[in-house]
Amino acid sequence: MSTPKERIEITAPAGLDAVRLRADFPILNQTVHGRPLVYLDNAATTQKPRQVIEAIEHYYSADNANIHRGVHTLSQRATDAYEGAREKVRRFINAADLREIVFVRGATEGINLVAQSYGRNRFKAGDEILISAMEHHSNIVPWQMLCEQTGALLKVAPINDAGELILDEFHKLLSPRTKLVGVVHISNALGTINPVQEIIAAAHAVGAVVLLDGAQAVAHAAVDVRALNCDFYVFSSHKLYGPTGSGVLYGKRELLEAMPPYQGGGDMIRMVSFAKTEYNSLPYKFEAGTPHIAGGIGLGAAIDYVTAVGLDAIAQYEDHLLRYATEQALQVPGLRLIGTARDKAAILSFVLGRIHPHDIGTILDHEGVAIRTGHHCAMPVMDYFNVPATARASLALYNTRDDVDRLIAALHKVNEVFG
Amino acid sequence: MSDLRDLYQEVIFDHNRHPRNFGKLEGANRHAVGHNPLCGDRLTLYLKVENELISDVRFEGMGCAISTASASLMTERLKGMKVADAETLFGRFHDLLTNAATDDDTASLGKLTVLLGVREYPARVKCATLAWHTLHAALANQDHAVTTE
Repeated sequence: MSTPKERIEITAPAGLDAVRLRADFPILNQTVHGRPLVYLDNAATTQKPRQVIEAIEHYYSADNANIHRGVHTLSQRATDAYEGAREKVRRFINAADLREIVFVRGATEGINLVAQSYGRNRFKAGDEILISAMEHHSNIVPWQMLCEQTGALLKVAPINDAGELILDEFHKLLSPRTKLVGVVHISNALGTINPVQEIIAAAHAVGAVVLLDGAQAVAHAAVDVRALNCDFYVFSSHKLYGPTGSGVLYGKRELLEAMPPYQGGGDMIRMVSFAKTEYNSLPYKFEAGTPHIAGGIGLGAAIDYVTAVGLDAIAQYEDHLLRYATEQALQVPGLRLIGTARDKAAILSFVLGRIHPHDIGTILDHEGVAIRTGHHCAMPVMDYFNVPATARASLALYNTRDDVDRLIAALHKVNEVFG
Repeated sequence: MSDLRDLYQEVIFDHNRHPRNFGKLEGANRHAVGHNPLCGDRLTLYLKVENELISDVRFEGMGCAISTASASLMTERLKGMKVADAETLFGRFHDLLTNAATDDDTASLGKLTVLLGVREYPARVKCATLAWHTLHAALANQDHAVTTE
């Protein structure tokens, strides 16, 4: 059997050598508008190391076949690689059981799956779903749709001026009527790290299940779903140095077992006749149709990559870099940070005087610096801070102090142009 | 490499800093709200239309330099213009910005040509056309908010 040769050769002695890791990311080696690219839009999507690109290339050039059905060699290899990736995911988030790992298109699909499969047949008028005011649209809209379908009520726990969840208010909103709490682990618009352990314990105390949106979290901190004791956890591969179009829903087995399928089709059945269809077991019950096989394998390679670097080393390195970036940014005249939580990760959201973030983004792009500008799919957060949009620089393991210095110089240039 | 100054011309800075015809228009008989969901820009356009003539026009809202300048320049241009001519100008401006019209006959745009720099910045074209889409909606007397999407 042909398996991709072991490509992970990274050692993380003391800390993390971002300059060396950077060489793993071919895309970073280019100029934009005549200047070396500084990529600071990692909260939107991260770049992919060659180890991930090669794993996908290897799959398509050596092993491509449909999974779970062929008796031929390629199908077996493809199945082994895809299921091998599932085991990597299980280990990565420390789930107890492989059957608790459902491959989906991304965090968004994972939330929709839970809303429709868990909530739709269970929730009724008078039930409540509690989210926070810093949620991404993907952790708002599926619940609004569910509320419309079931008559349940959506409650929103407020945030303070630092962009932190107001825990007192959160506790007040919890009641036996609360059936599900959906909270972002790390906010994409503010960088806030939520006190998820306390949230989960409090939710469980009133009998609610908890879904954590881990889209931003998994690339920046080690996640242990068993230690957290969360009921559902979702994340996307592409924010974890893996390919787009693949992601994971983790669910506690007893919950997933009791949930009906989300979509019908091939692979999710055990036996089909026109009289009756018997569904497949977990996790396949939730995986109708041929999945994004290369996406799953690429995610597995990305997990190998970040695991080899070390999540703790990444978290520590990015924390230092964020502190440096914050200090430097505050020296830029007119700059105001949006999101100043005490527990914060990898994200610097800001406004600059009266200069619109889109103008900042265009000028920074001219300086070769890629950032995100806009509402970051978190319009309620923008409303709270009374800004139409922010500029957001978000860090990854390959960013360096030089990148931060280039950002700061470019921001001075913005002030100069608009001076 | 395109020059940033082709996009951010002095006229644009001037109109961004000091938008003309800014604020609510008392006695307006047409208005519309324009919204660019991509960046959160939102503007309200007020028109006073009498005998198919735009006798007055004002706008308010928050936007980037390009969208603010475009709205400001548009209001300057529209005052005293026939409704039909305004619609024609909207079509011409839109076509030139979105490269639907490829000829270089931009003379009809007059001062609005300073906005043609956005053609090099596809992500910013909607900033320049927001006010114009809103104008189109206001003239059609659409009450609901229009978007650039």
